[in-house]
Amino acid sequence: MNIENMGANSPFIALNDDAVSIPLPPAVLEAIHLRKYFPLRQFKLSGPRKVVHAAEDTSLALYPGRALALVGESGSGKTTMARMLARLYEPTSGTILFRGEPVKGNGRNALKDYHHHVQLVFQDPFSSLNPVHDVRYHLKRPLRLHGHARTATEETEEILALLNRVSLSPAEQFIRKFPHQLSGGQRQRVAIARALAAKPEVLLADEPVSMLDVSIRLDVLNLLLRLKDEEQLALLFITHDIASARYFAEDTLVMYAGQTVEGGPSEEVIQRPRHPYTQLLISAAPDPDRLGPDGKGSVTLPARGEIPSLINPPGGCRFHPRCPHAMPVCSERFPKRTELGGGHWAHCFLYGDGEANPASYKPIAVTPSRSSEGRGKGESGNHASPEVEIQGNAALPSDVSAEG
Amino acid sequence: MTSIRPGEDSTATTNKLLEINNISVDYYAASGTVHALNDVSISLERGKILGLAGESGSGKSTLAYAITRLLHPPAVITGGEVLYYPRSSGGREQQRTPRRAITRVPTRPDTTPAPTDAESAGDGNQRGRERSGYQAQNSPGDITEPVDILQLTAAQLRTFRWSELAIVFQSAMNALNPVLNIGAQITDVLRTHRPSMGADSRRQRALELLRLVGIAPDRIRSYPHELSGGMRQRAIIAIALALAPELIIMDEPTTALDVVVQREILELVRALCREFGMALIFITHDLSLLLEIADEIAIMYAGRIVETATNQELLRQPRHPYSYGLLNSFPSLHGPRRKMTGIPGSPPDLRAVPAGCAFHPRCPMAFEACSRSIPMLRASTAETPEQLVACHLYDPRFNSGEIPTSEDFAAKYEANFEAMIGKRRE
Repeated sequence: MNIENMGANSPFIALNDDAVSIPLPPAVLEAIHLRKYFPLRQFKLSGPRKVVHAAEDTSLALYPGRALALVGESGSGKTTMARMLARLYEPTSGTILFRGEPVKGNGRNALKDYHHHVQLVFQDPFSSLNPVHDVRYHLKRPLRLHGHARTATEETEEILALLNRVSLSPAEQFIRKFPHQLSGGQRQRVAIARALAAKPEVLLADEPVSMLDVSIRLDVLNLLLRLKDEEQLALLFITHDIASARYFAEDTLVMYAGQTVEGGPSEEVIQRPRHPYTQLLISAAPDPDRLGPDGKGSVTLPARGEIPSLINPPGGCRFHPRCPHAMPVCSERFPKRTELGGGHWAHCFLYGDGEANPASYKPIAVTPSRSSEGRGKGESGNHASPEVEIQGNAALPSDVSAEG
Repeated sequence: MTSIRPGEDSTATTNKLLEINNISVDYYAASGTVHALNDVSISLERGKILGLAGESGSGKSTLAYAITRLLHPPAVITGGEVLYYPRSSGGREQQRTPRRAITRVPTRPDTTPAPTDAESAGDGNQRGRERSGYQAQNSPGDITEPVDILQLTAAQLRTFRWSELAIVFQSAMNALNPVLNIGAQITDVLRTHRPSMGADSRRQRALELLRLVGIAPDRIRSYPHELSGGMRQRAIIAIALALAPELIIMDEPTTALDVVVQREILELVRALCREFGMALIFITHDLSLLLEIADEIAIMYAGRIVETATNQELLRQPRHPYSYGLLNSFPSLHGPRRKMTGIPGSPPDLRAVPAGCAFHPRCPMAFEACSRSIPMLRASTAETPEQLVACHLYDPRFNSGEIPTSEDFAAKYEANFEAMIGKRRE
């Protein structure tokens, strides 16, 4: 798959006939086959260099006024992706397109120009603000650097407007405060205001609410939603909470151990998860609706274990050591992307290997939640026999034998 | 919390494990006294899971530390009592027999039966228990007199802690000593509390515990940095289980963990509670999680309990406007996608708690009585006498009209939210 092809075939536009194709404006920011390896410090001079395979071949696109949620466990490469998109990390390979143009240049000015359009909000508002500077200073820097304010009066006006935009009122009081005088939610609002000060078109939010208190989380999420709608910001929303991805984002992309495993419209991905890892994530999420008549919702996870080491990741699909449906072919190579219709796609041999035709696609019956009966009976859960009933997906066995 | 229903026989009383009466805790800070806990009363039955939920600063952790007497100045317990109903030695013996028979816990990686050396561990337990100073000598099978944990002397407290009540701390990932391997940290508990146990039986018990929490026993020599977050959490739980306590307090045990690992730990904890008949106080801010795991849930706000209910009652109809708000702060995986409003405002400064109901400045249902008098816990409605709520809406003296339903709460929160947005736009 070459770059031109990918650009046209942007991930979340439904291309098949039966699905309603939404006329989307062109993507603001696109990542194409991004890959990031972090070299390990080594003392040995010869032999192969060890690297951490943090992100493999990840493509995504952000559209104005839409949010894309990047979901996965810690260590799945979500933050690496955000940092590459913010150009804090240089990708090992792959291209970033901004308004269809590959971004280039690594110099100070090139990066400044880029950050004029793309801004990052960090996860931890307790460490992303400088404790020795007040709110005014934090917001003044981007305003001055990006030339949005030239005089002190302009600056104050802009800062007050920004504070009002992030619902920090009375703004006149907040402008003089230091980070230690603010609560977690207020700090995160300042961090968001700082990102907005550059007047960006793309906002990359790296777990913006995970460090905040429950009742504050929704406040901040609603603030971001409002900014997305009112100012047509393109948002990348990184989270490990799949329910908030559903609430917040139109599209969802699931990552596992540096590989993207599934993506598509959020509702589609969450209600009908295809990849065994997405199913695992959803069955593990707290869900009061699962409460049985006895008042106890019992969950048997379809798989156990943790994210593998990314220094020597398992071959093929990196989920195969934990996958209840693993087949021999899974350890040999990573499956190609299979379109499942409606913009929904997955990288999984269960659904074919790239060439599956959405028209002939038959759904595989899986019950993601309420899995008390039958599933994951094995003590270890690994390599349990596939309990998914595969209904008439004729393509599957032949595919497997052909590839295996 | 589980108030004894009229007409019920004494079995309800004998099942009681912990009864907290009117406990208050103050922090004496330079800028003023922080009333972290105000007049909190709650009780817990044997083998039940009690969930404590609330925002940060609502007093959840302070309550846990008050029960275990782990508070240090400037925190001072200014009043109240924590009654613990010990099981007599006879009852304990009966209890122990099934405990040893346990061979399978769902999350265990292997199915080999627990080694019989558990016997020696059990004997060690028994001896230690007889020595403990707080235990009154009663005939076997009887429930001994309740002890007030707050009145125990230092020596009594030392024997009481861990053998009867264990605690798993917040950020348990960092609670392990990095320079000792986990085997040493488990056997350390046994060495202190069961001096009669030999080194070999301690080791056997440690292996058994690791197997119980789903860590391969050959990891006994691993240091904390060699274990993943989930495994460290399991190791901490193993340490808490070492003496088979009656009650475990877990203070946000899964907050730093990933969803999948969190789910595994929850299932492990629940299975252990079921198998051992252990009671658990589970503290978290994630109410959606509590609804799944806890039998009963207490919602705290600004140092008070505002509602107690069973998980099903709470899910069906939260009575306190704050409980409703908290419950609806979590986006759901199913059902219609709708705009969520959350709870406006932020938790109060505990140095200057609003007069009357502390929640009234944020409450969409507030009326004038709310800022005047502090509501006490009372039965919410005639149909749900067990669901206690501290809200004037359920007090006929203040509210003679309709009892609000979830729809009313939703409408009011929504209206509040719209008004707030409107004000911002102006």
